[in-house]
Amino acid sequence: MDARTIIFYLLAATVIGGGLMAVTSRKIFRSAVFLLFSLIGIAGFYFFLDQEFIAAVQVVVYVGGIVVLILFSIFLTHGSGEDMKKPALGRAVFSALAAAIGCVLTMYLISEHTFQGSGKPALEPSAGNIGAQMLSVTEYGFILPFEVVSMLLLAAMIGCIVIAIKVKVPEQKVMPKIKEETEPVELEVVEELKTEEV
Amino acid sequence: MSLFLEISFSAMANGLHNWLAGSISNATLVSVTEMAIAGVSLLLFLVPLCFFLGYMERKVAAFMQIRLGPNRVGPKGTLQIVADTVKLLFKEGLTPNASDKFLFNLAPIIVVVTSMLAMAPIAFAKNFQIWDINIGVLYVSAISSLAVIGILMAGWSSYNKYSLLGAMRSGAQIVSYELSVGLSLISIVILTGSLRMSDIVASQADGWWIIKGHIPVIISFVIFLIASTAEINRAPFDLAEAEQELTAGFHTEYSGMKFAMFLLAEYINLFIVSAIAATLFLGGWMPFHLGNWSFFNNVMDYIPGSLWFMGKTFLIIFIIMQFRWTFPRLRVDQLLTLEWKYLLPISMVNVIIVTMMAIFGWHL
Repeated sequence: MDARTIIFYLLAATVIGGGLMAVTSRKIFRSAVFLLFSLIGIAGFYFFLDQEFIAAVQVVVYVGGIVVLILFSIFLTHGSGEDMKKPALGRAVFSALAAAIGCVLTMYLISEHTFQGSGKPALEPSAGNIGAQMLSVTEYGFILPFEVVSMLLLAAMIGCIVIAIKVKVPEQKVMPKIKEETEPVELEVVEELKTEEV
Repeated sequence: MSLFLEISFSAMANGLHNWLAGSISNATLVSVTEMAIAGVSLLLFLVPLCFFLGYMERKVAAFMQIRLGPNRVGPKGTLQIVADTVKLLFKEGLTPNASDKFLFNLAPIIVVVTSMLAMAPIAFAKNFQIWDINIGVLYVSAISSLAVIGILMAGWSSYNKYSLLGAMRSGAQIVSYELSVGLSLISIVILTGSLRMSDIVASQADGWWIIKGHIPVIISFVIFLIASTAEINRAPFDLAEAEQELTAGFHTEYSGMKFAMFLLAEYINLFIVSAIAATLFLGGWMPFHLGNWSFFNNVMDYIPGSLWFMGKTFLIIFIIMQFRWTFPRLRVDQLLTLEWKYLLPISMVNVIIVTMMAIFGWHL
């Protein structure tokens, strides 16, 4: 049993243990923290495979982005500090069954599948190589997924802005600073509201 | 010249490695021992460093306010921070009754561990860094995005409204200012073409980027200083622990050594931010070189790289400490306006200009 095996099992225990604790914990904030450990364990696997770039991206996206987002939503949810109710026995049994069947199916597929190496020499994962591959249009280039993901993110961003746009209500007119910053279009809205009140 | 090279840190590290490799036959055991040595020496470096930064903070504050600062305990008040540490050691580590005790105790550990992890790729001298990872800059920004989790955890588990509000403010602040920090780091990465710390330092052998990169790099340096001061929650961006309104923010309920761990992490983060700025913009351990003036460059080479690195780092720490006593605290809306309406658009345009500079070779 060499050091690599020990590290592998430690990481695997972190990932699986964190995942199990995340779904079984009665406190929702703790669940999010255990999910964090699980995701960090996966980043650890990428470091273990010498893919530092993917590992850092895993930490930035999942830990720095998604878990923080989850924590913020927990902060803003009413009554999220209380312990969650125990689920009914029937539901618990069927969830466990679904999880077990999914696990067995995945393991069966992985054990049946024969993985073939590409045979090509591995590229050095330097920033320059990663950037070139990301924007490359050749056979193993990633320009299409890159552009699709950027379109998706752009659409999400525009959606966020549309949701977050505020229509100014008359009460806010007492603050002079906001009045200055109001766009001409929104000023019209304010005036409309005022006439309606009159 | 040769004398300096022989007693350099990298020679010491190599000597230690060779001695360990000679005396221990198992290669795994050698690397485990080296990891332990690196960790212990990092701790032995960080704790006195934080003592010194605590003393320096008081003295800089006194200097800015034309008073003496600590001057009773020890010569010139140098032992003041030791007295403070002893006080913190003897204090009871209180845990609020209604708090989530597991997370309450975990939060300070996470904050300190993430700060220490971010020390790994920092180059202290030539060939002397813990881990010369090929994505050094990205690694540091990834790890520093972890710190916010510890702060949110501390705020939530304290079961206190001030803690919760402080944690939310801190979270919003760190998440927003991360963007500007990232973009200003990217401008140097574009000019260097590498994320590796040693490559970035090596690219500044004929002049530091702040000199070679003209005004765009100076702009990104200033943005980095502002945004990273916000990211480490220091004044004037200390809304998360604004004493007058939130008592102490996310660490209101912490006392004794758990509070000391937050303090330790704050000083380590201050050092990391300054070290990153010194490495990327001011050349790290690289001496001050000017183009082809070989005589001048040779004279500068006589000063050891570690001294250059520490000198630059402490210069930036001094600047960030001066911010604290120069600017009043920002309101939440001013904070968000500064980031989203000024810093982020400026740094986006700046990145485009820097990219053009890199493509057309306009830098020196």
